[in-house]
Amino acid sequence: MADTPIDRLARATPSSLARRVRGLSDRAIAWVFVTPTILLLLAINIFPLIWTVRLSFTNFAANKPNAEVKWVGLRNYTRILTDPDIWQTMQATAHFLFWTLLFQVVIGFSLAWLINRKFRGNDLLTTLIVLPMMLSPAVVGNFWTFLYEPQIGLFNYAVEFFTGIPASSFSMLGSVTLAPWSIVIADTWMWTPFVMLICLAGLRSIPDYIYEAAEVDRASKWRQFWTMTVPMVLPFLMLAVLFRGIENFKMFDLVVQLTGGGPGSTTLLTSIELKREAFEKWRTGYSSAYAIILFVTVFGLASIYVKALNKVKER
Amino acid sequence: MSAWSVTEPSARSKGIAAVLVILYTVITLLPLVWIIATGFKTGPDSISYPPKVIFQPSLEGYVNLFTDRTRATPEQLAAMPPPENFVDEIVQRRGEVITQPSKFGARFLNSVIIGFGSTFLSIFLGTLAAYAFSRFRVPLKDDLLFFILSTRMMPPIAVAIPIFLMFRQLGLSDTHLGMILLYTGVNISLAVWLLKGFIDEIPREYEEAALIDGYTRLQAFRKVVLPQAATGIASTAIFCLIFAWNEYAFAFLLTSGTAQTAPPFIPTIFGVGGKDWPAVAAGATLFLLPVMIFTILLRKHLLRGITFGAVRK
Repeated sequence: MADTPIDRLARATPSSLARRVRGLSDRAIAWVFVTPTILLLLAINIFPLIWTVRLSFTNFAANKPNAEVKWVGLRNYTRILTDPDIWQTMQATAHFLFWTLLFQVVIGFSLAWLINRKFRGNDLLTTLIVLPMMLSPAVVGNFWTFLYEPQIGLFNYAVEFFTGIPASSFSMLGSVTLAPWSIVIADTWMWTPFVMLICLAGLRSIPDYIYEAAEVDRASKWRQFWTMTVPMVLPFLMLAVLFRGIENFKMFDLVVQLTGGGPGSTTLLTSIELKREAFEKWRTGYSSAYAIILFVTVFGLASIYVKALNKVKER
Repeated sequence: MSAWSVTEPSARSKGIAAVLVILYTVITLLPLVWIIATGFKTGPDSISYPPKVIFQPSLEGYVNLFTDRTRATPEQLAAMPPPENFVDEIVQRRGEVITQPSKFGARFLNSVIIGFGSTFLSIFLGTLAAYAFSRFRVPLKDDLLFFILSTRMMPPIAVAIPIFLMFRQLGLSDTHLGMILLYTGVNISLAVWLLKGFIDEIPREYEEAALIDGYTRLQAFRKVVLPQAATGIASTAIFCLIFAWNEYAFAFLLTSGTAQTAPPFIPTIFGVGGKDWPAVAAGATLFLLPVMIFTILLRKHLLRGITFGAVRK
């Protein structure tokens, strides 16, 4: 055992008992410091969760607080899982998730890879690219409806300018086939920078000497990219996909402003459907069951994904 | 790095990369530039085809944003005194009269109060908890941290149902206090997580030395740990503030008047016979610009913070 001056000093100073007399004990401080946070988490996160579980077995309706509340067992759950409309909602969500993740990964990684060339001014450009993701999705989403206006919207005009398709001949938000893509485009615009930043952190974590060694071994650039760069960035990329996946599964603000779930139910993502059930139809018990099903789904998928991620990291 | 380094990209590849990244930057900034520009257009200019890039700037949008107006009758207009300032002039030229100031100012102020209030509370409680998690043995620490993070997987609407009922019971619906507590509850998990990382990085030896010098734990925390963690605390605060500032789902469902923040309000700005886009754009500009400036000024801390969670774990 090394006997440092600090150790010797520590033994020379009065024991912790003496310190306790002058102030709170470490144990007491730990509790005083942690308790308010725990209480707040209990009140805002845990208690509501338990309440939701309880409500999900009842026919409670929040707009009729005085009506008799009946225990209905698993009826809400069986109803949701056998409802064909739910699968349509899940399909819309899956479409949204798949394409946003794909675009954001491809564009985000490419941008990070380009920025990592370390040309002059890359710091400033990175900051400017990041701007959209720092802004309020509801306010920005609301403005995107203006960009998507047929005839006068900037987006439609840009399409006309580059492809010759007349700006007034299509409506991104009004058409059944285009609306699902309109939300994919807006979300990709907003959140690609997030994937980019995490990829950039991954690329910057690769030490130079690995590439130097590869050059000595005469590995081609192409080979270096696939056997070194990609595997080393992969854990970061997977993490970015996890974060974006969870966020987009619960996506509400941007899409509710853009399409509100329409036209028809083509962009009716799970969160928007949940809001309709809970706060427009006031089927509180039913929507609580829906919320629990969503939570379990996200939690289950995320857990499996994290296991896979840890395997990739171990390699 | 020497000029002969094999890992330094060639000048040509740097050039190509720069051009492509600049191209992306221009495209991605276009919607934001368009918001700011539309705020300074007149109604007809904002909806012209083809979209107007060069236009006579006007403050009409901003005047509309801050006022409620009605159409004036010809007699009313004739009886009106000559306009004293540019606001009256803009309104009178369109044959309208101002009835009252709009709600935008109050909504914006709500955003400020709730944003800063919840940020202060998150940071205050979060720093204490993060310190305890970092330095002491707290039972169930790992489970607790995992649990804290997993609460973020819940869709906001799902939590909103019981919160809505709870707030109604406690009289917190549509109050500043209710929203501050709610946003703090949502933010604090991330705040503790980030702050614990920052405090972990401060060597324990500093505090131990202070304790030996006769400081109590609390004094050591205040005079040694807090100053060291200042940068981390500041960047965590920015994250909490941006979250609270931008939040929409809870604000939309739980507030309607007194405590309504700007994000649910701005999309409801309508003019006569449809959306008043210049006014919407003016409101959006005033609301988004502070965040844009913040981001550019504090880029070093912010960008590090975003990737922080990813790089650590």
